[in-house]
Amino acid sequence: MNLTLLIIAPLITAVTMLLMRNAQQVKWTSLVGSAIQLVLAFALLFVFQNERSAGNTEQMLFQQNYTWFSAWNIHFHVGVDGISVAMILLTAFVVIAGVLVSWNVQKMVKEFYLMLILLSIGAYGFFLSLDLFLLFFFLEIAVLPKFLLIGIWGSGEKEYSANKLALMLMGGSALVLVGLLGVYFAGSERTFDLLKLSRLPIPQETQRLLFPLLFAGFGVFTALFPFHTWVPDGHSSAPTAGSMFLAGISMKLGGYGCLRVATYILPEGAKEYSTIIIALAAIAILYGAFATMMQKDLKYINAYSSVSHCGFVLLGIGMLTKTAITGAVIQMVSHGLMTALFFAVIGMIYDRTHTRSVKKLGGLLKVMPFITTIFFIVGLCSLGLPGFSGFVAEMTVFMGSWERPEIPYRVATIAACMSIVVTAVYILRAIGQTAMGPVTEERYMTLKDASWNEKLAAVILITGIVVIGVAPFWLNDLVAPGAHHIIEKISQLNN
Amino acid sequence: MQPGIYHLLLISTALFFIGVYGFFTRRNLITMLMSIELILNSVNINFIAFNKYLWANKLDGVLFTIFIMAIAAAEAAVAIAIIINLYRSRQSIDVKHAEELKW
Amino acid sequence: MPNVIILVLIPFLPLASFLILGLFGKSIFRNTSGLAGTLSLFVSFLLSIYTSFGYFFEYGKANGIYQKLVPLKLSWLEFSNGLSIDMGIILDPISVMMIMVVTFISLMVHIYSLTYMKGEERFSTYYSYLSLFTFSMLGLVLSSNIFQIYIFWELVGVSSFLLIGFYYNKPSAVAASKKAFIVTRFADLGFLIGILVLSFYSGTLDFNTLIQRLTSPGSGELKTAVTTSFLGISALNWGLALVFMGGAGKSALFPLHIWLPDAMEGPTPVSALIHAATMVVAGVYLVARLFPVLALSAPEVLELITLVGVITALIAALIACTQTDIKRVLAYSTMSQIGFMMFALGVSGYGGSNGIGFTASMFHLFTHALFKALLFLGAGSVIHYVHSNEMKDMGGLKKHLPITHITFLIACLAIAGVPPFSGFFSKEGILLAAYEHNPAVFWLALATSGLTAYYMFRLYFRIFWYKASQQHKHHGEGGFAMMLPLILLAVGAAVAGFIPFGRFVSSDGSLLTLPFHWLFSIAPVTLGLLGIFSAMVLFKKENGKADQISSFMSRVYKLVYHKFYVDEIYLFITRKVLFSMVGRPAAWIDRNIIDGLVNLSGATTKAVSERIKVIQSGKVQHYGLYFLFGVIGLGVLLIYVIKF
Repeated sequence: MNLTLLIIAPLITAVTMLLMRNAQQVKWTSLVGSAIQLVLAFALLFVFQNERSAGNTEQMLFQQNYTWFSAWNIHFHVGVDGISVAMILLTAFVVIAGVLVSWNVQKMVKEFYLMLILLSIGAYGFFLSLDLFLLFFFLEIAVLPKFLLIGIWGSGEKEYSANKLALMLMGGSALVLVGLLGVYFAGSERTFDLLKLSRLPIPQETQRLLFPLLFAGFGVFTALFPFHTWVPDGHSSAPTAGSMFLAGISMKLGGYGCLRVATYILPEGAKEYSTIIIALAAIAILYGAFATMMQKDLKYINAYSSVSHCGFVLLGIGMLTKTAITGAVIQMVSHGLMTALFFAVIGMIYDRTHTRSVKKLGGLLKVMPFITTIFFIVGLCSLGLPGFSGFVAEMTVFMGSWERPEIPYRVATIAACMSIVVTAVYILRAIGQTAMGPVTEERYMTLKDASWNEKLAAVILITGIVVIGVAPFWLNDLVAPGAHHIIEKISQLNN
Repeated sequence: MQPGIYHLLLISTALFFIGVYGFFTRRNLITMLMSIELILNSVNINFIAFNKYLWANKLDGVLFTIFIMAIAAAEAAVAIAIIINLYRSRQSIDVKHAEELKW
Repeated sequence: MPNVIILVLIPFLPLASFLILGLFGKSIFRNTSGLAGTLSLFVSFLLSIYTSFGYFFEYGKANGIYQKLVPLKLSWLEFSNGLSIDMGIILDPISVMMIMVVTFISLMVHIYSLTYMKGEERFSTYYSYLSLFTFSMLGLVLSSNIFQIYIFWELVGVSSFLLIGFYYNKPSAVAASKKAFIVTRFADLGFLIGILVLSFYSGTLDFNTLIQRLTSPGSGELKTAVTTSFLGISALNWGLALVFMGGAGKSALFPLHIWLPDAMEGPTPVSALIHAATMVVAGVYLVARLFPVLALSAPEVLELITLVGVITALIAALIACTQTDIKRVLAYSTMSQIGFMMFALGVSGYGGSNGIGFTASMFHLFTHALFKALLFLGAGSVIHYVHSNEMKDMGGLKKHLPITHITFLIACLAIAGVPPFSGFFSKEGILLAAYEHNPAVFWLALATSGLTAYYMFRLYFRIFWYKASQQHKHHGEGGFAMMLPLILLAVGAAVAGFIPFGRFVSSDGSLLTLPFHWLFSIAPVTLGLLGIFSAMVLFKKENGKADQISSFMSRVYKLVYHKFYVDEIYLFITRKVLFSMVGRPAAWIDRNIIDGLVNLSGATTKAVSERIKVIQSGKVQHYGLYFLFGVIGLGVLLIYVIKF
């Protein structure tokens, strides 16, 4: 399969959109475009599975390699393994759901959708790239639209949030850039090629120096403690689809980068810093969960819980075992779907009640049963109920983490386990207050339930969550070989 | 006493510093422009002097002088145009009143 | 051999009914959802009877010993190094007995609810939740893998949450549902870590392999698990004790019991099904499932289980004597009886006639399911009639509710341990096992069983006698659908004791006859009758004696009435410690310190630029001056410093 299609399809969508004359046409174009993306992502999955079951064990499939700028040995090099396929699927799901829930956007519709599609181009490119320069290029493409999405279509302190988010993410990218250049010059060959770099011997001293740069740089994207404070502000100010993309896709860029770039290329660095990573991750998990407990605004609740949930991603990566890394990837997919759905639901509630304050809401189950049922489902997924994806992801991370018998790893694992209780507390408090109980305000009684587009978006995301939750083996089989390649060098180091 | 290169350099240096002094102390934009012309002329004298006393068989210095005069003329034209516009907008050609372009 | 399709259908019929009723309940099955749910469960019940007959009488035994069959095992999620979550079905005496109990009680509750919940706005939702619960519970008892049991464990937890909070516009119901979920979730944290520990040392998640590896004395897994220790306790004991913590939470054992009385906010049939007969015994079931490991390799954990069981039994019985909400009395009585089952397991040995406690515990689980479900459904019928849970609104109801009265009486006699009702036989077995193992436990248990008789008959007399018969005008006793389950359960509660239970269920699968000594039963029966008699004296007629006694011991009474203030302690820990001392500071630190640092870096940049921007003054002559000095400086640098 030609992977460039995944980048070209949204690009064509964007160009077509520019030619459209009214808002309705723009919406339908982007919906069709994102549906095509979804189809392409599924096609990729099937082709990939076929190829694998046909016995092709090459690490990266469907590679394409063109010289882009020969002076610096920069290539347009794309290819996928199981991890990338999983992330691309996630992106396709979130994009179509994001497009659907934004149906009621009034202000600058064309530009809004253009930003969404642009962001998806960045995400696809990022997940496909096997050339670090290309990867960085797409990372930056994915950052920029977020600034505009929040700054223009946001609410509340949107300028502040947009600036904060953009600056912190740019700060992260700056670290990444320095790290990438370091890697470029550290090897015996000047190359940005990921696969080549992973085979080049990079001296331990250099790894020790570069790993924190790359890991922290990507870590900013995935809410690495203590660089996570853009998350609550950014999410709470962003428009619904913006939050969905932010939490569902761009936070995953960071996790993927930590895994694919930092850990894969610099295994010795990863080994050296793994205790620090798991300590930070465990802090993020527990501390994020406790901080969530005190939030009153639904978006803040989900934003802080994202900090906590993304902690699992970092914990899994920091553990450096195959199972834990598989768990981290599953958690990325699961959290992406789940949190996108969560933000979608919050958006639906906010559109109707014009408040996100937990205290002011109440008894919504009576008023809008469909939306509230989704709220229940996503809440239960978030607290790790079996049958939904969150459970599978967390348990895989736990099982993988427990493989490390050293004391710090055990402590971090137990701390992470504790979050399942705290998560239950804050999720049930939020659900109990908003969905159950008596209807708090008279005006809520007349509110309408979900419209077709919202229902469709919710159903798409729930399908993803439930399919992973009920039948996790396919995702596990998809991701585990990729995780194996990533820690291959580390396990060689251990022996 | 035959006037030599030193005398000419002396004159040009004096002219240069008079121009600098004028540029920094005058508030009137026209005067400042005139000061800049003085500085340019001091450079011209230098060119001529060096040309005459060091490379008498060449014309480079003279040519440069003509260049500078042309540039000075163009500059004066542009500067005066700016100054006139400035005067139109704020009835003054005092440099104090033209400091919006800051920060 | 068992038919796999039939086995799979047993849990999947309720699942199908959950999905169908959940998705289309409001549209297609508007009026028939109850019937549809009941029908699917009826089929499931028939299939489980078929299965249990097959297991007990056809293929279950090999050489006279019941085998642990695993007719189905599908890999669900594979981790590295041999660990994998499998979805399987295990057939052994206890799981077969449990599917019978679960489907039967659930069927009774389904039938009962047809009338009890009639006219409810979310009737179909109710039935879909019931189906979800039944599915999860069946999945739980059939689990062949410790992680699989955890999965269904969580699912029963959430169905319990949904059903307790069924009347979602009542704030107390919402609070109770949250409490139930969070407290059991806290216990499940222990369960999860326990699973991690056990899986790490045994290298497997499969029950049969796990038990085999951790019981055979020579195995390397057992050796490392016993020799590795943390805080002076071996890893194996840690693992099992943590798993037991999960069981204690679900089974409402002290001190994780606080959710169960509040859970009575749910509809009464739900209380009968979930919070009396099936889900709350999941902890007992879990301990029974791991019993060989506990008995053979970790006797210390069994001691812990005994201790917790006995304390729970006694405390709950004491509290039950003082409560005035009839459902709460029943809830505490459930706790007390589960305590009995637990310590019966704790005092039991493994294999042959040592395993009396095990058999008695399972027997009690079985009979308890029958008579406790009956009590709850009877209470439901009373509540249906008087529209109140409080004792003060009741009294003299025996004329109005004749069938309820008789069946309730049978259930009370059964739980009080009066021969020949079922509770007598199972409780005798437990007491006998306790007597042989640990006299202290025996005496406490004996006292508790006397208390049991007292509080149950207090309830009985208070509901059906006490006052003179009053004329309640509204309606009769509830229809056929409500009476049929009562009658069926009453028959069960009356005669189930005669089942030769040891021939079916024993710790190692061999045949066992529960010993029975007339002389031994004199003490418990006398004590039971004494309890009944004192309840009769105090509560048969309204006479104020009970109030006199309670005011006489007012301090103690108050302490017990307030449930030993355990709830308040929990409230203190969560509100004052966790919320105020952890949660709020965490949120504050995040907003002010960590985010403060981010904002500080922004503010610093801004302040610095404020300072240096004055250089850019807009005054041409300043620029000229800088330029001049720059040129001079550069000249000096070039000529004198660098000597260009």
